[in-house]
Amino acid sequence: MNSFKLPPTGLRFEKIDKRYGGLYALRRVTFEIAPGECVVLAGRNGSGKTTLLRVASQIVRPTAGKLSFPGRDTAATGGNGLHGRPGYVAHTTMVYDELTAEENLVFFAKLQNVEQPVERAGELLREVGLIDRRTSPVRTFSRGMRQRIAIARALIHRPSVLLFDEPATGLDPTGIAWLANSLRELNKAGCTIVMSLHGESEISTLATRAVRLDAGAVVDDTNSGASLRSILNFGVA
Amino acid sequence: MATLFANSATLLGKELRTEFRSRELLTTTIVFVLMVVVLFSFTFDPSTAESRRFGPGLLWLAFLFAASLMLQPCFLREQNNDTLSSLRLAVSDPFAIFLAKVGANTLFLLVTELLMLPIFAVLYNVPVLPELPWLIVVLFLGSLGISVAGTALSAISAQARMRELLLPLLLLPLLTPVLVASTEVTVGLMDREPSVQWKGIGFLAVFDLVFLTALWLFGEYLLEE
Amino acid sequence: MTKRLLLGIVALLLVIAAAYASLYLAPEERTMGVIQRIFYFHVSSAWAGFSAFLICFVANLLYVWRRDQKYDWLGVSAAEVGLAFTTVVLITGPIWAHPVWGIWWTWDARLTSTFILWLLYVSYLLLRTLVEEPDRRALLSSLFGIFAFLDVPLVFGAIRWWRTQHPSPVILGGANSGLDPTMKMVFFFSAFAMHILMIFLVMERYEVEKMAGEVEVLRREVEVV
Repeated sequence: MNSFKLPPTGLRFEKIDKRYGGLYALRRVTFEIAPGECVVLAGRNGSGKTTLLRVASQIVRPTAGKLSFPGRDTAATGGNGLHGRPGYVAHTTMVYDELTAEENLVFFAKLQNVEQPVERAGELLREVGLIDRRTSPVRTFSRGMRQRIAIARALIHRPSVLLFDEPATGLDPTGIAWLANSLRELNKAGCTIVMSLHGESEISTLATRAVRLDAGAVVDDTNSGASLRSILNFGVA
Repeated sequence: MATLFANSATLLGKELRTEFRSRELLTTTIVFVLMVVVLFSFTFDPSTAESRRFGPGLLWLAFLFAASLMLQPCFLREQNNDTLSSLRLAVSDPFAIFLAKVGANTLFLLVTELLMLPIFAVLYNVPVLPELPWLIVVLFLGSLGISVAGTALSAISAQARMRELLLPLLLLPLLTPVLVASTEVTVGLMDREPSVQWKGIGFLAVFDLVFLTALWLFGEYLLEE
Repeated sequence: MTKRLLLGIVALLLVIAAAYASLYLAPEERTMGVIQRIFYFHVSSAWAGFSAFLICFVANLLYVWRRDQKYDWLGVSAAEVGLAFTTVVLITGPIWAHPVWGIWWTWDARLTSTFILWLLYVSYLLLRTLVEEPDRRALLSSLFGIFAFLDVPLVFGAIRWWRTQHPSPVILGGANSGLDPTMKMVFFFSAFAMHILMIFLVMERYEVEKMAGEVEVLRREVEVV
């Protein structure tokens, strides 16, 4: 995760709608994230944070509107779009329980044309502290370890954008400290980070910007003057 | 293009590795086909002439039923931990996901069928050795057709309710042409004077091509969220 | 509103006229007698049903491409109407066969293929009942509808080539070769009348589906609040 510079990439949401039947999970969401920013998405459960992250990761196709990544230049990444897709960490690990940690990472590395996939997998396992469990099937992992393998999978292709759905879930204080440090390093290397959080924590201190969602719409943004604190603690004095 | 095949190969490797570790799909499918073939033999008097005429049809029907069960976990298991999303994020062309699964499913069906062939030959007194190469051809083309349609429909049924009943319901009428053509070719090959039904083989190839193309054109929508 | 009503009246009149023509204007067929007159009804229903399924196919393609709900409404309307006409074909077949040949079902190639067609579109409708979210339902059923329609020529082809070897009474008999000119005229008039009826029914069903769709949107919005 260290000692390299990522091509700066931002995100632009233009009038994004996501409708499920009659229910709008996202309504005309429009804002832009500058390359290298560390942004917190705040909001209650059901406010649309997860849906917005899934749209940003391109897993979910918006009903209307446009998503773009200003600044991303495939030529700069060696022509194979290596840093192309955002890295995405969700509530589930998105890896195969029956395969070992190493097999999973090598598999995802190969799919994304990562050079020297085995070495890269080893490197990440070391970074997330799972190197001595490399040959264990993921189904034997604890909650904290599952979070870490999910992070490793998301970072395997050195993404220039990282999307993180509630990063602190399932981690103990040591884990949270480690994660905060890792995210700090990534951000320093130029990775744009967007994460959804419930409230303040060591991780939220990394944020330079916050956007609050309510019922699928953007209701507050530090860019328009609101304070980071107030957005994270909405409703609390 | 190269990435498509490379990705498909990587994905196919994963499918095979997962299956050979647990072997649960293969064993249950083989046992199921065996049961159906034996049960069928109780429903008519298996004199050699009748066996030659009805046997192949019953065999293919058994394969069809087995496939409609075997294909259910295909996309269902990707719902565990939402691995379908990570696959979609990782591959540049979603068709690779389908190619790999079609390849794996065809292989599993073929292995099942080849294991069943000697048992079928013994139970129904039908010779399979003389025309074995051609039998393998029709088994391959038929299984490919079953896999292509089955994998596509499995992606659909995984997103609906009552998926265990739904997949056979969607798949069996759709595979009628494969059942008819494969049976005809197999009957010809198991006849007293074996013959190769070129029309049937060509027809199966056309079926496979039509549905592979449809899967290529519409696959990404099957996986869409 | 009045345009549809007018079309409905026209359709009714045409069908009545076609019925009259089939019963009184067309000459009696030499071998089968009066019962043969059902042919006008039976075959025109088949053609109208098939045209309805063609409309469904086009609507399915348009939905996948455009994602406009109205194409989904059109698709399900056309499928239901097509199924209704196909059911008529499957019922009039035996009604014709029994007095003429003394058997209820003839395994005639066309009738058998129509049965599979019927099963395919029943599955299409069944799939729809098993997916709750409207956009997902529309997408999945459109994709299945596309696969089903691509299968139809393959079904008809396979059954025609390989399931009409043994001598079996063919519903159309010698009717296709050298139809009496009056018979031909009555037939095409019946087919025309059936098509107008089909279009009217599809339009009516579309309006119902449109209303249901709008109600569902409102209901879901209210439920959230």
